[in-house]
Amino acid sequence: MHQTLPVLSAEAISKSFLAHRVLDDVGIALMPGEVHALLGENGAGKSTLIKILTGAYKPDAGIIRIEGVEVTPHDTKHAQQLGIGTVYQEVNLLPNMTVAENLFIGRQPLRFGFVDRRRMERAAREMLARYDLAIDVSAELGAYSVAVQQIVAIARAVDISGKVLILDEPTASLDRHEVQILFEVIRGLRARGMAIVFITHFLDQVFDLADRVTVLRNGRLVGSKPLAGLGRMELVTMMLGKALEHESSMRIATDRPAGDVLASFKGYGLRRKVGEFDLDIHKGEVVGVAGLLGSGRTEMARLMFGIDRADQGQALVDGKPVNIGQARDAVALGFGFCPEDRKTDGIVGDLTVRENIMLALQARRGWAKPLSLREQRALADKFVKALDIRAASIEMPVKLLSGGNQQKVILARWLATEPRFLILDEPTRGIDVGAHAEIIRMINRLCEEGLALCVISSELDEIVAYSSRVVVLRDRQMVGQLRGAEITPARIMETIAAEPEGIPS
Amino acid sequence: MNASVLASLAKPQYVALGLVLLINWLLFPNFFDIRIQDGRLFGSIIDVFNRGAPVAILAVGMTAVIATKGVDLSVGAVMAVAGAAAATLVQAGHPLGVVLAAALGIGLLCGLWNGFLVAVLDLQPIIATLILMVAGRGIAQLITEGFIVTFTDPALIFVGTGSVLGLPMPVIIALVLTVAATLVMRRTALGLFIEAIGVNRSASSYAGLRSKLLLIGVYAFCGLCASIAGLIAAADIRGADANNAGLWLELDAILAVVVGGTSLLGGRFSIPLSVLGAIIIQAMNTGILVSGFPPEFNLIVKAGVIILILVVQSPLATRLWGFFSSESRNKAEKRS
Amino acid sequence: MNPRLWPLLATITIFAIAYAICVWHFPNLWSTRVLGNFLTDNAFLGIVAVGMTFVILSGGIDLSVGSVIALTTVLLAVLISRMGVHPVAAFVIVLVVATLFGSAMGAMIHFLEVPAFIVTLAGMFLARGAASVLTQDSIPIDHEFYSFISSLTYKMPGGGRLSFIGVLMVLVFVVGIIVAHRTRFGSYVYALGGNAVSAGLVGVPAARTTISIYALSSFLAALSGIVFSFYTKAGYPLAAVGVELDAIAAVVIGGTLLTGGYGFMLGTFVGVMIQGLIQMYIIFDGTLSSWWTKIVIGALLFLFIVLQRVLVFASKRRWRGWKAQQA
Repeated sequence: MHQTLPVLSAEAISKSFLAHRVLDDVGIALMPGEVHALLGENGAGKSTLIKILTGAYKPDAGIIRIEGVEVTPHDTKHAQQLGIGTVYQEVNLLPNMTVAENLFIGRQPLRFGFVDRRRMERAAREMLARYDLAIDVSAELGAYSVAVQQIVAIARAVDISGKVLILDEPTASLDRHEVQILFEVIRGLRARGMAIVFITHFLDQVFDLADRVTVLRNGRLVGSKPLAGLGRMELVTMMLGKALEHESSMRIATDRPAGDVLASFKGYGLRRKVGEFDLDIHKGEVVGVAGLLGSGRTEMARLMFGIDRADQGQALVDGKPVNIGQARDAVALGFGFCPEDRKTDGIVGDLTVRENIMLALQARRGWAKPLSLREQRALADKFVKALDIRAASIEMPVKLLSGGNQQKVILARWLATEPRFLILDEPTRGIDVGAHAEIIRMINRLCEEGLALCVISSELDEIVAYSSRVVVLRDRQMVGQLRGAEITPARIMETIAAEPEGIPS
Repeated sequence: MNASVLASLAKPQYVALGLVLLINWLLFPNFFDIRIQDGRLFGSIIDVFNRGAPVAILAVGMTAVIATKGVDLSVGAVMAVAGAAAATLVQAGHPLGVVLAAALGIGLLCGLWNGFLVAVLDLQPIIATLILMVAGRGIAQLITEGFIVTFTDPALIFVGTGSVLGLPMPVIIALVLTVAATLVMRRTALGLFIEAIGVNRSASSYAGLRSKLLLIGVYAFCGLCASIAGLIAAADIRGADANNAGLWLELDAILAVVVGGTSLLGGRFSIPLSVLGAIIIQAMNTGILVSGFPPEFNLIVKAGVIILILVVQSPLATRLWGFFSSESRNKAEKRS
Repeated sequence: MNPRLWPLLATITIFAIAYAICVWHFPNLWSTRVLGNFLTDNAFLGIVAVGMTFVILSGGIDLSVGSVIALTTVLLAVLISRMGVHPVAAFVIVLVVATLFGSAMGAMIHFLEVPAFIVTLAGMFLARGAASVLTQDSIPIDHEFYSFISSLTYKMPGGGRLSFIGVLMVLVFVVGIIVAHRTRFGSYVYALGGNAVSAGLVGVPAARTTISIYALSSFLAALSGIVFSFYTKAGYPLAAVGVELDAIAAVVIGGTLLTGGYGFMLGTFVGVMIQGLIQMYIIFDGTLSSWWTKIVIGALLFLFIVLQRVLVFASKRRWRGWKAQQA
């Protein structure tokens, strides 16, 4: 047992923004050759801590040490020089430039003052070989998948910094196969002695990869523990401060009797996006949609809602064939859709809460029949109350609200149109666990009121909690439907993996 | 009620206009003198509104386009084309109704073309409208065959130089257009829809808005406004000058909209404030003229105004301002 | 074949075809005399287009270049004819003034975080206004140095004359190509155009680069102004009206994306040549009116812009297809 100095340690870090204490006496210690998971719900202070470590913010109090020596990173460049490299979720490289240029921009090898392209590309190839990546380094970075771009970003960060690597939600846009490749890369870096900080929402991945975990809650340090011997419930309790309301595989939804068929999609599909599927939506039921990232769930939702036009099959509503070619058609039929990406596809940021809530209803009424200000206010107030939307006023721009409240605003928008069928795509993503439970309760309640729902989620526990039926997608095809007692996380995962004879893959 | 009226009057644009008019009056004490002659008002202040009418009309259409995060660089060229068409037709003996319909129709067509490029082909507005900006003048010259086509039709001339109830026609046209446009935008849901697609086009589409149609409509409206301005410009000189009609006026229109407070990044807009912006610019122009400074100072003053607005509206200034008024932000953070 | 090269190839192909058509109609065009004059006549546009290429590659735009050209000619005329300064000293002065002017614009664009469109619009008004304030009429420039430079020609086989100005333009392009594709600064320009936020995060010095880009654009505009003064041997505040549009057209037709990050300097050279070719054809023909130039340029712009769009769309689909294969 050797006593080594932490590569990076932060002690008693505090930070406030205008009287709001974001971090209070927080510390973290990273050892070499360790994958250290940093967990915390939204608002716990994770990203602020990272910004302080990488020099983007200055702490109000506290000390940062690298290998025992006190340092003060002035800015990101300085932090890189001190040995702290960061790879963000959006990769943040330059897709229009070649892979080699991305690896070396700002420090390209020079010959007589000019960039030595051949030497740069050779060095790039060597660098990537260490990550088992053999790609054409003279091709545009944008031609490669996000997974490859991420490895390039990691290679760059490690090459420049070399001591600490901070990965901010690296797996959010990767499918299962790509996640494993990434983990191999990370394990390789760990073996080389790097200290890696891994920020994520996915608990499975924490248990798969990390050696230690630090949990923040409301700006304070809850604890820092080795993962060996740590149970899932213990970890979640650290994060929440209270036990989860429902344990995994506990179902809130009793098996509801299915109402009449509201909508029917027969042989519906779009070439190269979703293979043809048959799906009946009954009133008063929740159809959960499970599947891996990239399996076509969002594409299926977009088809049902008309954002993409199907090129095969037929849709029937109330028994009559309909043409759903654009979102407007779906809205006219009484459909609603809460998209996965709130910021880019959901909220209209500069518009007020009131305007965001009444937007879909007004769109359906048309430009010539405006809702009066009184009607708008009444509508907004009604839903702010019903959904417990925390906003100082309905006249504030919706972009100032927190993620959870923005989600509620979008839900309110659709509920205002009194829809018959609501599609929710990852309604609890990026929202703290407290609000998760609220939204799950809401889904169940709406269902009891006769609304038909289709909910796409990566959280198997949640799907199990509220679904009357679960539809499973794999590789753009619908591969199974589960009912009643079949709805368990294990069974769902088996259907996704679906080796015949029940052999898990 | 009173507080909100005061608050809306405290907008920087009103202050700016007041300032400019004040300075004009100090430099030229007769600035506000109005006299009536032949049943028509004359005076420097009237001149401001009269000369500023074409840009104001352009600004009405441009505001809607900029609100959708776009820009229309072709309005000057469309002015030239509309004017050329009107002059040629009226000179060939066609009745006023046909002439007006043709000119306005051309404006609509040009706008539809721009709207098609932006909404359907998904081109960047600066690029899409650049095409017509370059080609449009060529088309205008084609129609006039390179000459300045003059005409003598009294009806058409009246459009640009006549007066009703003492007010010059251009002012009346601009006024009617501004009022009509503002009413349509705010009394219907159209204004909200345009702001929504300007802030976030995809989210608005998913909410059920007809984004493509709205975009095309907005550019068509801008083209229509340009043709109206082109008619006035042609009537004013009793001819169609394909080379110079509306030259660089698109930039003045964009400047007017920016002065009026509508952000180039799209979203919230105000047509009356843009028109006010056009008046401010024209007041500066006229002020320079009557105070005896060479008209070239115009350009330098415009440059100064742009720089001033840029500094005031820049994110840097907003941040400094926000630092001082942190209360409202604190409240918002605590509650949400 | 790298799809990035397609717009450039398209431009070169169009130029080749256009030139072939021109020569077929007017065999006289196939002569070094025409080539020599061609380079000289289009020199001022070429030089200013190099600067515009850098600006557009970085995702910006510079509307002030035409006015800077005019201001340059006026300043030169005032310095040389009215104040008796030697032309070379005058050249240095205007180049320094222009560089400072461009740097100021670049600084405003970066630090005030405002669109380049508006800032350079202000620059356009300012430069044009300053020129008009200095003089409203044309001021002639009459100095032996000017005659000396104009007389510097190289006689090519076939009777053509390669002028100093023509060579200057070619040199500016060569330097432009090297700087854009072979220096760190060039990579910073492309980076800013590709993704300004990411560029900052990977350590591209955004402030320094932005200021340099606009300083360079104004510097080259002033250089172009110097060349322009050789054509007219005068300073005139209304000179070069609309040149910024011609420069932008040359850059776009040359295959550079107006959104930034993609493009080749060589393409701009071909774009300038195409514009010059159209004008020359019209002059040679004699029956076509000059406004056809505008219409043809407009049509070419349309063609290239749609082509760029199609390419971007197609390359995105190729990548997705590739990704699906990997999964």
